[in-house]
Amino acid sequence: MIRTEELLLNVGPQHPSTHGVFRIVVKLDGEIITEATPVMGYLHRGTEKLAENLTYTQIIPYTDRMDYVSAMTNNYVLVHAVEKLMGIEIPERAEFLRLIVMELQRVASHLVWWGTYLLDIGAMSPFLYAFRDREIIINLFNELCGARLTYNYMRVGGVKWDAPEGWIEKVRQFIPYMRDKLDEYNNLVSGNEIFLARIKGIGKYDAETAIAYGLSGANLRCTGVPWDLRKTQPYSLYDRFEFDVPVTTNGDCYDRYLIRIAEIRESLRILEQAVEQFPAEGEIMGKVPRVIRPPEGEVYAAIESPRGEIGCYIVSKGKDKPYRLKFRRPSFVNLQILPKLLVGETMTNLITILGGVDIVVGEVDC
Amino acid sequence: MLDLLQQQLTWTNAAIFLAWGVVLLLVILGFVTYAIYFERKVIGWMQLRIGPNRVGPLGLLQTVADVTKLLIKEDTIPKKADRELFILAPVIAFIPSFVVVAAIPFAPQLMSADLNIGVLYYVALSGISTIGIVLGGWASNNKYALLGGMRSAAQMISYEIPLVISVVGVVMMTGSMNLRVIVEQQAGGFWHWNFLPQIIGFAVFIVAAVSELNRTPFDLPEAESELVAGYHVEYSGFRFAFFMLAEYVYVFAIAGLTASLFLGGWQAPFPFLSFIPGIVWFLLKFSFVVFFLFWLRATMPRIRVDQLMGLGWKVLLPLALANIFVTAIYLGITG
Repeated sequence: MIRTEELLLNVGPQHPSTHGVFRIVVKLDGEIITEATPVMGYLHRGTEKLAENLTYTQIIPYTDRMDYVSAMTNNYVLVHAVEKLMGIEIPERAEFLRLIVMELQRVASHLVWWGTYLLDIGAMSPFLYAFRDREIIINLFNELCGARLTYNYMRVGGVKWDAPEGWIEKVRQFIPYMRDKLDEYNNLVSGNEIFLARIKGIGKYDAETAIAYGLSGANLRCTGVPWDLRKTQPYSLYDRFEFDVPVTTNGDCYDRYLIRIAEIRESLRILEQAVEQFPAEGEIMGKVPRVIRPPEGEVYAAIESPRGEIGCYIVSKGKDKPYRLKFRRPSFVNLQILPKLLVGETMTNLITILGGVDIVVGEVDC
Repeated sequence: MLDLLQQQLTWTNAAIFLAWGVVLLLVILGFVTYAIYFERKVIGWMQLRIGPNRVGPLGLLQTVADVTKLLIKEDTIPKKADRELFILAPVIAFIPSFVVVAAIPFAPQLMSADLNIGVLYYVALSGISTIGIVLGGWASNNKYALLGGMRSAAQMISYEIPLVISVVGVVMMTGSMNLRVIVEQQAGGFWHWNFLPQIIGFAVFIVAAVSELNRTPFDLPEAESELVAGYHVEYSGFRFAFFMLAEYVYVFAIAGLTASLFLGGWQAPFPFLSFIPGIVWFLLKFSFVVFFLFWLRATMPRIRVDQLMGLGWKVLLPLALANIFVTAIYLGITG
């Protein structure tokens, strides 16, 4: 007797394309997925619970380890929330430094995404090209704060280290270099027929679904919703700079790809202006009490990380440690749409779609 | 060698043939060793890396070290695997890859078997390797391996046919399936080579050949980012080495076949250059094809399964058939 049987396939937690210890259990009918269940938690470290027993400054290194591809924005969201609760004034130079590192981080993060996404699709070389250019940013950060990945750079009230001599000049030189390289990337990849055939029209959803699922970042903007917190709820100094929010309307993997590439360009634009306006002198730490004790109350601060809206919710009882701390992690929220997108797709598209969502497992599991 | 082939089979001849077989095996093993090294170097340079440079001078012994490592590794067979088939699969995958090399003419007097049906012999035998891959995928009792093996079967059916049909044009022009005769007919400069009149056949052949080799952009059976390692996910040690070996020997064979069928084999590109021995020309063309295959790997993303089938059946097959048609009309007119 010939009969067909559904194949239950465990993708991950050890799989080359799940970008960490992420697991999806898929039911396959041939190569077509009939059901997909993400299984999360392999990298759960209980950051939020740990934070309840740490002073605010001590929490900062923990945020580095959530979205380790974009640690600077994570640093910022925490200190931003605390500052908002305490009403601390930040010196301009410090705020400029924060903004510059955040935008550099966005470029670096999108480069990692670009490289690994193409690696998922089967092209090996772009990965190494992306990492060559990311290395420059990493070296800049290294010079600034001595770390390459987990920076622990920002503090409540300012930043820990001032820019060393000539650092701003190096950032300035990086901008035209990166623009050049972006053109090179476009030449190498963006028009490749196989690449286009692989990602066009894959993983499609509309704006309504995206909003219903609470998506943010490129995952939302690809459906035509111009929602970028840097524009819609300006924080830091973003209202001082001219930049556009790239938006497309198709809602497929190709659009998400285009948006991320365009965002690198916009980040470079912001950087260009920020470097020009960078104050030559000034403090890097505001007036902050020695022990940080936010007044009793609650605060939610959200910023635009490379992956979407990252938020930090703090409940303070007036102690030097938070009573409760919660991170809204964009990777986690964006991932929730995955089971819906995967049904009816092939095994190959699973990788394309998962990569297109751009998750960092450290942030998904937190 | 050709003279020997025409003689009666005696003990001496048999011994010579045997020795020749061993020599050829060693040559191919040497090729594979340095093809892997060459591939890693070429791709390394294209990817802003250096490639192997630690073991031996310029890293020349890297592959030797790798192979040694594979050979002394523990031989693991999964408990729930189909033991006999699991052991048999790499052998079935490897043997045809080596056997087909016999038909490739390296130089005017240097070929292992002067077969009148050389082309047919090649495509018929090379098809057997896929059975090894499917068997390996099936016998491993691993879902990823099974998917890889199934993909391989589907891919082989979709591409074997355009591959064979694209060669028919050359066979029609030559009037022979003998690879030696095909090469001899391409004498007298590169404008006599088959790739010019048979440009469509050549294009189809190259695409189908890359697919036959399971190399990027058609490396679906072992698609690393989806199927981890595909059909050989459970294989390790020298059994895995056999699969790898088969793959690279096919690179050798396909490059030789392409050079013979379309690029004039041992013929010089210009008549005044024909004082250079044919083997040199053959090796140059051969190396170029090999380099082209490596180049593709550094450049291309991977195509999707359904797109691969679509390309095979909807694009390559009609093109190859049209090529036969056009060739037939042309031959009919010119007589």
